[in-house]
Amino acid sequence: MNWTAIWSIYRFEMARFFRTLFQSFLSPVLSTSLYFVVFGAAIGSRIDQVDGIDYGAFIVPGLIMLSVMTQSISNASFGIYFPKFIGTIYELLSAPVNFLEIVLGYVGAAATKALFIGFVILATATLFVDLTIAHPLAMVLFLLLTCLSFALMGFIIGIWAKNFEQLQLVPLLIVTPLVFLGGSFYSISMLPPIWQKITLFNPVVYLISGFRWSFFGTSDVPVGLSLLAIGAFTALCLAVIWWIFKTGWRIRS
Amino acid sequence: MSAILSITDLRKSYEGGFEALKGVNLEIEAGEILALLGPNGAGKTTLISTVCGITTATSGSVKVDGHCILDDFRAARSLIGLVPQEINLEPFEKVINSVRFSRGLFGKAKNEPLIEDILRKLSLWDKRNSQIKELSGGMKRRVLIAKALAHEPRVLFLDEPTAGVDVELRKDMWDVVQELKEQGVTIILTTHYIEEAEAIADRVGVIAAGEILLVKDKDELMTQLGKKQLCVHLSAPVSEIPASLAPHALEMSSDGAALIYTYDTKAERTGITALLNDVAAAGLVLADVSTRQSSLEDIFVGLVSGEKS
Repeated sequence: MNWTAIWSIYRFEMARFFRTLFQSFLSPVLSTSLYFVVFGAAIGSRIDQVDGIDYGAFIVPGLIMLSVMTQSISNASFGIYFPKFIGTIYELLSAPVNFLEIVLGYVGAAATKALFIGFVILATATLFVDLTIAHPLAMVLFLLLTCLSFALMGFIIGIWAKNFEQLQLVPLLIVTPLVFLGGSFYSISMLPPIWQKITLFNPVVYLISGFRWSFFGTSDVPVGLSLLAIGAFTALCLAVIWWIFKTGWRIRS
Repeated sequence: MSAILSITDLRKSYEGGFEALKGVNLEIEAGEILALLGPNGAGKTTLISTVCGITTATSGSVKVDGHCILDDFRAARSLIGLVPQEINLEPFEKVINSVRFSRGLFGKAKNEPLIEDILRKLSLWDKRNSQIKELSGGMKRRVLIAKALAHEPRVLFLDEPTAGVDVELRKDMWDVVQELKEQGVTIILTTHYIEEAEAIADRVGVIAAGEILLVKDKDELMTQLGKKQLCVHLSAPVSEIPASLAPHALEMSSDGAALIYTYDTKAERTGITALLNDVAAAGLVLADVSTRQSSLEDIFVGLVSGEKS
């Protein structure tokens, strides 16, 4: 294992993050605050408790997941797309590194950035609502696994994308709807019975449910199933990336 | 000397059927400078990209110091440095960090004195904390070279490194190449500038349409294939070449003031004495005589156009 190379890629990617630290920090704080103003104060005050939890607190895990998933994808997809776009990918392809090392460097950095933003949102949320985290370790674990798995997905999107429009396409058309419909702002028990069944085909439901369980101890689906879903998603992404590097799809001519 | 790079029957076909490399065989000896000449689209960059792992070969094998580039890619790639043709650099990164990154990517431990030495030799030390986007085109090309040298490669590929750069950088580059050669680094250089190959190469390879036409010692090539021209300057111009000089197959300059005689330096008889006697017999008065050796460029053009001298 070329650990020095992994560390070099990781540091190089993190340097990009630190160059724009203020924007990276400000954006999630601002959007989270807006969500709390709109959903928490304006609309939330008219909603009763959900599963025995104040609505303002109930949406915190969903809000964190929403940002963490989109940030993981955009960080990782941009991270690998940019070298392709400006041509610096030649250096990666000609270096003595294998696919796992490249992935660890890029995905590790993208996941770190998303994790940071996740904690920033959590900290911002505590300014608006009273929060107690029932299972802090599980919360960190879920957050970490979500960051990693969605960064892996972002990495695939970055390799697949041929232009900046495509880079935005999957997050915009698939991920955001799945997150919104995955119970970010409601419990799936609030849906009509038929939709409760349909929504179980949405993989994001399992992630948000598990993450919410780590906060409040209640969940829409069993926690074990949530962990299984996130594990399966990670494995699928890794398999796709392994295939990409084996065949050179869209990276080697 | 032993071969540090062995390329055997290397073929590359792109989707759509275009055959960029048609069975290239090439042995490059340790410590030599090989200049690879060829017109646009000859396959120079494809050859380099395939050896470096950027492009996947359709068939054939490449070994770097005995290490197969596929089965033993780590060992093979660790030995290679690449300066690409395009200026591909992360624009927002600082020069020194970009060079450090390259060293780290090749798994080499931090070595700040070495990085400083490379940057100083390439006149980049004063710009080490500048963002790459702030640099001129020539400076960016220096950064590419610094990045390629950061992991101390034993084989260095320079893909048209002096394309579009000023004379000063070109000379600096040549000095760096000579210094690397003295350190035992093998250098493979592709270039459009024949003078560059003539100035620094030990051997010259010519590639066209995906095939290596020849690889020869540069001096030997010039001696073997080089033609020499004798220019007889006349004191009074002539309107046509006298009929008595026809056997010498002379050319006349456009103003009629000089007759040009092409001969083979390796021939048993050059025919110069007979020519000069016949010129005098034709009643022409000589003002001056000069000779010109054909350049590598002439040889190259001759080869690529199929004349093969």
